[in-house]
Amino acid sequence: MPLDPSGPWWDGADWMLASVFVPLFGALSCFLLPRLVAALGLAAALLTTAATLALTLSVLDKGALKVQLGGWEAPLGILWRADGLSVALMAMTAAVGALVSLYAAAYFRDEVQQRAFFWPIWLILWAALNALFLSADLFNLYVTLELLGFAAVSLTALGGGAAALTGAIRYLLVSVLGSLSYLLGVALIYHGCGSLDIALAAPCVADAPAPAMQVAAGAMIAGLLLKTALFPFHFWLPPAHGSASAPVSALLSALVVKASFYLVLRLWLDLFGGGGRWLAELLGALGAVAVIWGSVLALRQERLKLLIAYSTVAQIGYLFMAFPLALAGSTVVWTAALYLALSHGLAKAAMFLSAGSLLRFGGHDRIAELDSVVHRLPLTLAAFALAGISIMGLPPSGGFIGKWLLLGEAFRQGRFLLAGVMLLGGALAAAYVFKVVGHAFRSAEREQRERAIPPSMEWSALILAVAAIVLGLMLPLISPLLRLSTASPGLAAALGGLA
Amino acid sequence: MNPLLEPQLPADALLPLLVLVSSLVPGLVVFFLGEKRVRTRMLLNLGGAFLKLGLVAWMIWGVVHGQRYEVRLPLLDDLDLVLRVGALSLLFLVLSAGLWLVTTVYAVGYLEQAPHRSRFFGFFSLCVTATVGVAMAGNLLTFVLFFEMLTLTTYPLLVHRGTEAARQAGIVYLAHTVLAGVLLLAGTVWLYTLTGTLTFAPRGFVSEIADSHPGELTAIFALLIAGVGVKAALVPLHGWLPRAMVAPAPVSALLHAVAVVKAGAFGVVLIVYDVFGVEQAAELGLTGPLALVAGVTIVYGSLRALFQDDLKRRLAFSTVSQVSYIVLGVAIVGPLASVGGIVHLVHQGIMKITLFFCAGNLAETLGIHKISEMNGVGRRMPWTMGAFTIAALGMIGVPPIAGFISKWYLGLGALEAGVHWPLYVLTASSLLNAAYFLPILQAAWLREPDARWAEPMPGAQPSPIASWWSRPETRWLLLLPPLVTAALSLLLGLFASMPFSALEWSLLIAEREFYYP
Repeated sequence: MPLDPSGPWWDGADWMLASVFVPLFGALSCFLLPRLVAALGLAAALLTTAATLALTLSVLDKGALKVQLGGWEAPLGILWRADGLSVALMAMTAAVGALVSLYAAAYFRDEVQQRAFFWPIWLILWAALNALFLSADLFNLYVTLELLGFAAVSLTALGGGAAALTGAIRYLLVSVLGSLSYLLGVALIYHGCGSLDIALAAPCVADAPAPAMQVAAGAMIAGLLLKTALFPFHFWLPPAHGSASAPVSALLSALVVKASFYLVLRLWLDLFGGGGRWLAELLGALGAVAVIWGSVLALRQERLKLLIAYSTVAQIGYLFMAFPLALAGSTVVWTAALYLALSHGLAKAAMFLSAGSLLRFGGHDRIAELDSVVHRLPLTLAAFALAGISIMGLPPSGGFIGKWLLLGEAFRQGRFLLAGVMLLGGALAAAYVFKVVGHAFRSAEREQRERAIPPSMEWSALILAVAAIVLGLMLPLISPLLRLSTASPGLAAALGGLA
Repeated sequence: MNPLLEPQLPADALLPLLVLVSSLVPGLVVFFLGEKRVRTRMLLNLGGAFLKLGLVAWMIWGVVHGQRYEVRLPLLDDLDLVLRVGALSLLFLVLSAGLWLVTTVYAVGYLEQAPHRSRFFGFFSLCVTATVGVAMAGNLLTFVLFFEMLTLTTYPLLVHRGTEAARQAGIVYLAHTVLAGVLLLAGTVWLYTLTGTLTFAPRGFVSEIADSHPGELTAIFALLIAGVGVKAALVPLHGWLPRAMVAPAPVSALLHAVAVVKAGAFGVVLIVYDVFGVEQAAELGLTGPLALVAGVTIVYGSLRALFQDDLKRRLAFSTVSQVSYIVLGVAIVGPLASVGGIVHLVHQGIMKITLFFCAGNLAETLGIHKISEMNGVGRRMPWTMGAFTIAALGMIGVPPIAGFISKWYLGLGALEAGVHWPLYVLTASSLLNAAYFLPILQAAWLREPDARWAEPMPGAQPSPIASWWSRPETRWLLLLPPLVTAALSLLLGLFASMPFSALEWSLLIAEREFYYP
């Protein structure tokens, strides 16, 4: 991108700071001026999106960026770094964040109480996400993970009501447990290596006595899997995501679980140097079971939001099926996993937002009785169906690209079982998407309580869904981002597979 | 045709894209039109249809003069989306563009007062976009993309009536096509990991690995053929098709003649010719089983058709049988059989669409759905039944109607290839075709009319000609399309050896497959 690097007013590293501190200050001002909360929140969301966009462009322009907070070098000071992987996830976060903000402005217009809490907490969540994607230090990552967890739990509880509170409490326990497990691993590494910076600790982790490091790796990854809701740790996700209010569900499913997945990936590649064989196989097996189990349960749900939540459980499974396929030295599978994560983020947000509109319009989300609702919200239904195309992995969506790359690798390595699971997962996804869409064409005219849906709610879902499909056509644009050199040679090699 | 010739004008290179856009954009715009804006909608639909036909005509001219049309859109690092126009794609393009125009006219008349017309025409246009995409696919990935798009865009048309029966048929349709899509994708990815390319080529692109991976190639062939075979309604994958007749008549017409079933048959042609290469496929021993499946399908479809009283259901089973003529022609392996198969792609489409238009007219005008209610209907609706008769005789294979040409070449091809059983299949099928079509014709023309509509319409003149002009047997928009397509199926048979006829194109295509160095 032809940006002028000599300008005094912008610098890639500054955008890094802006992407974290703008939402943080936005959250503060929302607390201070509760009357203007929606306007302030939207403004902060807009500015954060702009900052992320600028950061993305400058990383594309200049390669990976670093910033030392307070000017201290790595072992003493705090280091932030923006490489292709971070920036890709930050950009997805910004896209989802901006459109969910737009949606939320309309969604919470009449609910003063919820509105006053939603905006500041959501902005804190956004700041935590961006900080997590930028941190290059294990303890910093812990702090952002904790912050993210608390913000996410608070948002879950926002809707009030028994279901939301139960879901939120369960989520809170899981989140704390996951963080503690992660912290245990961090402590072990600090004890063994004397450093918390990922790049500095990595050689030491490779040399250190095996058992301690294995325990550390196990504890950290187990904690993160709990937060990512990989089967069999998925039990908390459907109640939490299914009972939260629509914009919150979208944020949780699209962004929050991706953050802990990102961390697994980051640690796997940068700290543990590709992990162990049996662990990779285990992750892959859990992922495969998650795809089938989550899809079957999604198919059996009678409520729309629970269906979408179980679909998230299934889609997370795909991400972990990349780990065993990477053992043979293939790097393209990481591109595939990242692509699946990005497109799932966009598509799942679109699905939850459209479910929210349907729920708001008809007063319920029972799938069997949706027919009269979807008739009158064609744009919302279109958003759901288009998002479904990406979730099913049909061409040319982003989900297809990810699945194509993974499938190709599975066939190349002769792992037909994994390939079969991926294909079956796609068919099951089609079944649960059409379980919903099928009702749209049934001409049952039933009287129902209905509330008008503002166009911004319909359009934001539609834009996200279209983005998930367009993402499939953008590989040539996105691949340079994934190829960018990073602080660690391991990751650069891993993501350079698309060259 | 010189394949080395580069496009001369950039505008020409974009033609395939324009062909897609000419139905995609009207489709998308129509979704946002209000129900009442009949005129705008019709203008968009017909404008798009005429534009597409014009563009296709332009490309025919270009291809004849050695022009090569290709558009690439990078999708994966070493795999592009490719739209390319060659002789085979042009054949299918002409068929879909032409029949889309006719069917649009018919649909406008058919749905005059129906609800959800914007939704219907929107998906209708998207469906055609997917079909022409299938026609122009330059590699297997592009083919898969448009094939899946076809599945998704046909579903809303199929369930358009909104009844519970329609919903059930939709579920059956999706269960079949989605699983087929999974198989197709699996075969495509697997093939790609072996060959490293998916670009369609005359005589296929698998010959390099044929010696080293015969087992894998056989499995891939089975996956791909099963993937497209569901849409082509090969037995035992045909279960969705007879149930799909709950769709409105224009949809059934399009479904059976161009869009879904024909895309499946076209897929078989592509997989055998441009992926495997017909000689390579024969060498691997793959065409024999395919021919057998086709033979079984032909006889089974005809037998089942014999026992249906519901007109559309009988036509549906007839489609099951007739579409497999295409597969059979491909699988016999020989230039003349190929000509028969490929030309039937067009001939079956034109004859079958006529039959479905006529069935729709009977249902719309007189409420006739069953063959047992058709006694004497020829006197009440002579023009509709005239068109029906021409198409039905063509299906049986009576010269000089188009269907005869197909059967003639199929038979010659079987003799040329030195196999005899296809001849028995063809004979049996023709007899069965006669057995299920002739009673309809006999009932319609020779039996005494039903009392309900036997009398002339109130106020009608006794003189048939005068009353015909002032009071046509049904709405003009419903009557014209079957008359046009019936005339076409007669002309295609009569003038089969004229340049630019479907037969001449098929000869060109077969020549490319068998004699090209």
